Amino acid sequence: MTAVLDATGLGRHYGRKWALRDCTLSIPEGRVVGLVGPNGAGKTTLLHLAVGLLTPSEGSISIMGGRPAEGPDQLAKVGFVAQDTPVYAGLTVGKHLRMGAYLNPGWDQGLAEHRIRQLGLDLRQKAGSLSGGQRAQLALTLAIAKQPELLVLDEPVASLDPLARREFLQDLMTIVARHGVSVVLSSHLVSDLERVCDHLVVLVSSHTQLAGDVNDLLATHHRLTGPRRDPRSLPSDQLVIEESHTDKQSTFLVRTDQPILDPAWTVKPVTLDDLVLAYMGRGRESGPAGQVGLGVTR
Amino acid sequence: MIRFAWMQSRIPLLIAAAGLAIVAVVLGATGPHLVHLYESTVGSCHSDCSATRTAFVKNDRALHVGLGALVVVVPGAIGLFWGAPLVAREFEVGTWRLAFTQSVTRTRWLGVKLLLGALASMVVAGLLSLLVTWWSSPIDRANATLYASFEQRDIVPIGYAAFAFALAVLVGVLVRRTVPAMAVSLAAFVGARLGFTHWVRPHLISPVTGIFSLNATTVTGVAPTAYGNSFLPGPPSLPNAWIYSTKIVDNTGHPLTSAALKVLCPQLNLGAGPGGGGRTTAPYPYQDCIPRVAVKFHEVVVYQPSSHYWPLQWTELAFYIGVAILLVGMSLWATSRRVT
Amino acid sequence: MIEFQLDTGSGVATYLQLVQQVHQALRLGILEPGDQLPTTQQVVAKLAINPNTVLKAYRDLEREGLVRPRPGQGTFVVGTLPRSDPATQERFLASMTVWLRRARLAGLGPDDIEAIYRTAVRSCFAEGVA
Repeated sequence: MTAVLDATGLGRHYGRKWALRDCTLSIPEGRVVGLVGPNGAGKTTLLHLAVGLLTPSEGSISIMGGRPAEGPDQLAKVGFVAQDTPVYAGLTVGKHLRMGAYLNPGWDQGLAEHRIRQLGLDLRQKAGSLSGGQRAQLALTLAIAKQPELLVLDEPVASLDPLARREFLQDLMTIVARHGVSVVLSSHLVSDLERVCDHLVVLVSSHTQLAGDVNDLLATHHRLTGPRRDPRSLPSDQLVIEESHTDKQSTFLVRTDQPILDPAWTVKPVTLDDLVLAYMGRGRESGPAGQVGLGVTR
Repeated sequence: MIRFAWMQSRIPLLIAAAGLAIVAVVLGATGPHLVHLYESTVGSCHSDCSATRTAFVKNDRALHVGLGALVVVVPGAIGLFWGAPLVAREFEVGTWRLAFTQSVTRTRWLGVKLLLGALASMVVAGLLSLLVTWWSSPIDRANATLYASFEQRDIVPIGYAAFAFALAVLVGVLVRRTVPAMAVSLAAFVGARLGFTHWVRPHLISPVTGIFSLNATTVTGVAPTAYGNSFLPGPPSLPNAWIYSTKIVDNTGHPLTSAALKVLCPQLNLGAGPGGGGRTTAPYPYQDCIPRVAVKFHEVVVYQPSSHYWPLQWTELAFYIGVAILLVGMSLWATSRRVT
Repeated sequence: MIEFQLDTGSGVATYLQLVQQVHQALRLGILEPGDQLPTTQQVVAKLAINPNTVLKAYRDLEREGLVRPRPGQGTFVVGTLPRSDPATQERFLASMTVWLRRARLAGLGPDDIEAIYRTAVRSCFAEGVA
């Protein structure tokens, strides 16, 4: 199975500050990938590198086997919705569709018009007067009507009200179901991503902390509660992600492939939210040293 | 991409076309009258026409000056308002993230916009210049000062427009904010034009050196010169010429110094100011000295004749277009580098 | 046609919830052989969940022999769930009532009984994490 995104030691700096460093990822195609991390973690940098708006300072990245933005064919394979969904305020909705038709050989005008009709947008309305949710839907239309193989969305729902957010995600999932595109979308809220992602990448302090299939991640992480214990006394196959202690009790969030046999533990499953929070906390403390579970989930 | 660039720039182009149409209508209404007037006054004058000419050129003076100013200002204005926002605005409002993720490369995106904009700028400037040159031709002929309006006529405004546009686009690419880009490009454009006019244009084509005898026209008085109080040289009758310098020298090239003049014309009082005399004594007219000086001295004039006008126009146009092409190349290179 | 609901706070995986809702519908007779399940597009358009989740649920149901996909048409119910026999239910209800009375006499309250019940169900039906 080809990787839709393949990054090796990817890094990008501005002056002396590294916005992204040492990023090695391999994401299989046909997934909806969530990229989650706090603001300033490097999510936008990684996405811009993926769509060719930035070039790497070190390392490399390939999208479906090609270098991002290398030529019109590569550009046609990727649809991008940038943060705050920029549109040309002075152009009407209809003119934006025409732009898409002029600039993308793979453009499906029927699909675009159908979506606009369904969304109830007025073709003659200037894009500058659309609401945030309508702009996001227009941007998504522009990205999907060019019939890409990969859709990349940078915090598409961050500034939307809950209803617009729900509608956007419903639309996005319908598009995935209908067209089979791979999707990479970023957010700083896990709750946005929980329902829709089947692959997760956690980015903190410009480094990847975690990457993998959501079902795998949920199956291999557990919350263990029991009598107070030194984390170093745990079996070597159990990697401690988060720990907290009272004088009598210890709680650990561990990652392990093996079953947990010690009867002293109460074992509870972990929600995706807890998982991401734990890795985000870990990432903030340990920075580059904290990478877990990266690479190949082929 | 061509259709998209056209769609985006339709309104500015229509505004420019409307402006040109207005100018054409105004000039069309007033031009023929000027031609007729010329025919009937200066055109039919056969001797001593200077008074007729002076009277004629006063017609429509305000319009004449205004049109000249328009041809000077429009190329720069086009460059500013069309060129500076071309790339800068995309970065300013964030739409570069939309533009550069369509299925056209950055180079093609910018290349087509640059080409369209440069061509449009050149056409607008060229048509405006054509209209103004046509309208002004009776007055220009009467004035016989071809080079005085060099920058406002014929084909050089096309070069100025191309240069202004390419410069403003490049500044926009580097600065990424529309208003600062406009300010910087305006300053750079004005500076470059002034610099070129002052330092480069005189050397584009070698001027001609002419020898003229000294007479009442070529000697206009006595005044302090670099060689002491001496004859003041004046321009000979060279219609439509661009005079660089006039000097009074002898056959070996020596200038007419104060001492030499005293030798040739001892009665001339060189101590006081112009006119050759003070107020206390009756001044000796310097004009009476001229024939004696003219035996040994003559006037050397370095100038561009009217026959050099069109070669100069073409050469200057080529320069500005060449620089514009260079700036276009730099813009394309800078945009494709994907720094941010 | 049934309509799926999603309980995000329950801690149960999404695909499992879909499977359970189909099981429930079959048991209650809301779904019968020949009925069509909602298409993947219909489900994701309403719930905004990953299409793979729906596919996984439908694949599990197919493995259980309850549904079968018809290419180009959709997924259709082909099987039924055994409805447990009312007499068996009566018997277990009786023995449970006896047990509950004894637990109550021993001093256990409803919460203790609930905890014991959940632990027992988990260890009996769970897939081996203990």
